[in-house]
This record gives sequence, structure tokens and C-alpha cells, in this order.
Amino acid sequence: MTDVHIVGAGIHPFGRHADKTGLDQGVHAVREALTDAGLEWRDMQFAFGGSSAAGSADAALPRLGLTGVQFINISNGCATGGSSLLSGYWAIKSGEFDLGVVLGFDKHPRGAFNADPEASGLPRWYGETGMMLTTQFFAMKIRRYMELHGISATTLGRVAVKAFENGAVTPHAWRRQPVDLETVLASEMLSDPLTKFMFCSPAEGGAALVLASDRKMRELGLSGPRIRGAAVRTRPRGSFEVFAPSLDVQRGKSPTELASKAAYEMAGVGPADVDVAQLQDTESGAEVMHMAENGFCADGEQEQLLVEGATRVTGRLPINTDGGCIACGEPIGASGLRQVFENVQQLRQRAVGRQVEGARIGYSQVYGAPGLSAVAVLEA
Amino acid sequence: MPTAVAEGVFVVRPDGARLIAGRRKQDGEMRFPMPTGPEADLYEPVELAPEGRLWSFTVQRFRPKTPPYVGDDDDRSFKPFAVGYVEFPGQVIVEGRILIDDFGRLRLGQPMRVDLETFPTSTRGQVATYAFRPAS
Repeated sequence: MTDVHIVGAGIHPFGRHADKTGLDQGVHAVREALTDAGLEWRDMQFAFGGSSAAGSADAALPRLGLTGVQFINISNGCATGGSSLLSGYWAIKSGEFDLGVVLGFDKHPRGAFNADPEASGLPRWYGETGMMLTTQFFAMKIRRYMELHGISATTLGRVAVKAFENGAVTPHAWRRQPVDLETVLASEMLSDPLTKFMFCSPAEGGAALVLASDRKMRELGLSGPRIRGAAVRTRPRGSFEVFAPSLDVQRGKSPTELASKAAYEMAGVGPADVDVAQLQDTESGAEVMHMAENGFCADGEQEQLLVEGATRVTGRLPINTDGGCIACGEPIGASGLRQVFENVQQLRQRAVGRQVEGARIGYSQVYGAPGLSAVAVLEA
Repeated sequence: MPTAVAEGVFVVRPDGARLIAGRRKQDGEMRFPMPTGPEADLYEPVELAPEGRLWSFTVQRFRPKTPPYVGDDDDRSFKPFAVGYVEFPGQVIVEGRILIDDFGRLRLGQPMRVDLETFPTSTRGQVATYAFRPAS
């Protein structure tokens, strides 16, 4: 089986863009990725793409070119971008294709997401009485974790401070101003213990990657990070997920733990080998818990790691070097690909202002509703 | 007593309300609420204990979006409420609204009792729903 490389990466800055549709931003990202690779749309043999709230991804075809290319729309909750990447990876690894593109874009209304109980197989009263909010889930997951593992509210604050610090030097980030710890902690409490500045917001943006087989990459004289492992896993019995009216008393693993383990095995590397990581930070607590779920530390060690600044760009385990979801916002269809885009920048040593010195192994993990996680491990 | 928020979610006994969960006949896995429709055949209803322990909680500080929320309040009149999970040992962990005035008094592991709450809706008047209250 062939190796798969990312030979081009493009992004439309995340944030709010009143004059652009989600599709505009997705098309922008694809064109940028093609330019980065020095290729044309007509060279592409396949495309996988998705958006959650901005329409069908293959609406990009009339703009990019009606070449007859195989285009498959991907819809997989918050792991839509990660699933597009995985689909492209398999398409090449199987030997069926050797050059293609994966893309994601989105444009969400402001504020918390509207949730539809029946679309999630839940009774209407669950939403009607005010319990169907992703914000509540994240707050309750971190509340219990803090109690069990000695994590303080200050640590949650430090995660956000670090996110804004990185966002300030990242061209594709939405929040470009540093925010101090006091401001984060004193900002409006949305869902205890999480304040406004600890949460990411639904946003807009687009991201795209050009994938190539090892042979094709050499033939075209291109280069780019190799995908060493990629996996998507869904919630196993006993996990704690969004929109759960009840939980099993027998507690189990999370989808992130499963996806992480699978990706490490494929890649033949472990957490200690990772130089830079992009982890799902829907809010500060998610980043803290995902540090442990992805194997980067034991439960509770985050408290000290954050005090030391270990997860800053200059630390020994840089996490969310572009500010993550907290500084970039979360356009669902694009978010997972934004993480991989950032790792490509890091591994190609072109993450200006936020470069992790000598980064060779990049790790990304996107998590979300309805309880699934997508992980990708790249090597420079 | 207003109408129940839905049939088969809780039952009122002389000494208080009980939640009705479903136990899957095949493997004993319990879930709340008891499934409805064709799935119901695979489960048998089980009344949960009247009391459990607080497993986790938060406070809903802003008015949830409508839809799906149907509270008859608006952004200005909305009053924050606590919500949490209560573990019924050996049975299942259930999410519910929490009846408490001082949110600062909530602690993981504290005993919680199943109670009923009148919930004013904008769509069908007052409904009775289940809630948890710190056990005295």
C-alpha cells in the first residue's frame, strides 16, 4: 500500500464574514490549497467535502470546474472534516486514486447551536425543558473531572489565555487579541464552571488539503507531510457524550481514547513522539480532558503542566498552536481540517510567529456531537 | 397537577415521584427514559429508586435557544436554573433539572431526591416534569 502525503494546504480565515457565504470560503480554501501545491482543479481525481450548515459541499463544482470528478459529500457531525480527510486517505491508500482534494467549510448563526431532539432520536421534552445544550454537557463533564482529578478554575483560565496568545499571531485565527487571566476568569459565567472567554463560538471558515500518493508526489516534484495514521471512532458503551438523558453506571472509555489508540497504532508512534498537537477545545475543559484522553498526560497532571506553560508554543508539549477553536471559532465542516492545516504549517516550518522548533510529528484530534472523534498523525 | 411532560417518564407514588427507566431484556442495560415506539418491545420498564447521588451539575445561565426550549420566559425574565446528573446506584445515571435556590450549595455525591416541578411553557401551558432536589 502506498503512503499518502499532504502536498497542498489552504484556508479561508475563520471568523465572521458578512459578505461571504460558507461556500465562498470553501472555494477560497480549495484554490489556495491548489496554488500551494502548484496544481489545477482539473488535476484532481477525487474530492471529499462537507459542511454542516452551509449547504452541500459539491456546490463548489460549478466554480472550481465541472470536470466530472468523483465528488462525495461527507456529513459526520463535528468530525465531518476529519472524516473527509480519512476518506481521501483511504481513496489513495487503496490504490484506486493518487491525487485528490478534501475540503470543509461552514457558516453558523451566532450563539449556541439550535438542537433538534428528534433528529438525535431523543424525546421532545428533553429539549423543551432546557436540557439539550452542548454547553451544559461540556460544563458537567469538566465539573466532574475537576472534582475527581484536582483541576482548578485557574487552569481552565490558563488554557484560554494560551489560546488567545496563539490566536494573536495566527493569520487564520478569528480572535487576534491576547486576553489576560483575570479577564477570562471574570467574564460572564455561561455554564458553571465555564465562562464566556473559555468557550469557542460557532463561526465561519473553510479549509482544504491536496492529498497525493507517494509515487504521484515524486512524479510531480512535490513534497509534504505524510499521513502516518488516521482514525474515526464513535462513542462506546459507558462513555459520556452530548445530549444524553441518561448514562450507564458502568463507566467506559471515550470515543477519543479509541480513535487515539487506533491512530497511534497505525502510525507506530506514541504520545511521547508527538512534537505538536491540535486538540478539540470546544471550551477550556475539553482541552484539559483531551490532553489525558489522547495520552499526553495522566489525569490531574494538567494542573501542573499549565502552571509550567508546557502547552505553550515554547513549552515541551505545544497544544493548539493557532489558538484552537477558542481563538478560531468552530465552523463544524472546516474545524477538523483547520487543525490538520495548522499541523502542515508546523511540519513545513512555515508557522510564522508560532513555529514549534524542529516539529516532526503532528497530532490532531477533533471531537463533537453526537459523540465521535477523529485523529490524524502526520510526519514531516 | 398539570399534565405530565410526557407519558411514562415518571409515576407518582404515595411517598413521592419515581422515574421510569427501561431495562434491555437482552443484556440488562438500563436507559432513561424508557424507550417508546417499536424499541419499547426490547425493554421492560423499571422504577428507579426515590433517591440517588449527585454525579455532576452545572448552572444554565442564559436562556436556551427556542426551538427546542419552550419555557414561557424571554431573555430578560429568564431565571438561571441548575441541571445535573443523579446516579441511582446499581441502576442508571439520569439527567434532570435541579430545584435549589443557592447554586453554591451543590456538591458532587450529595443525596438527591426525585421530585416534580411545574414548568410553564409557551406552547402548552403548565406541564409537570421531574426534577431533583437535595435530600434533607
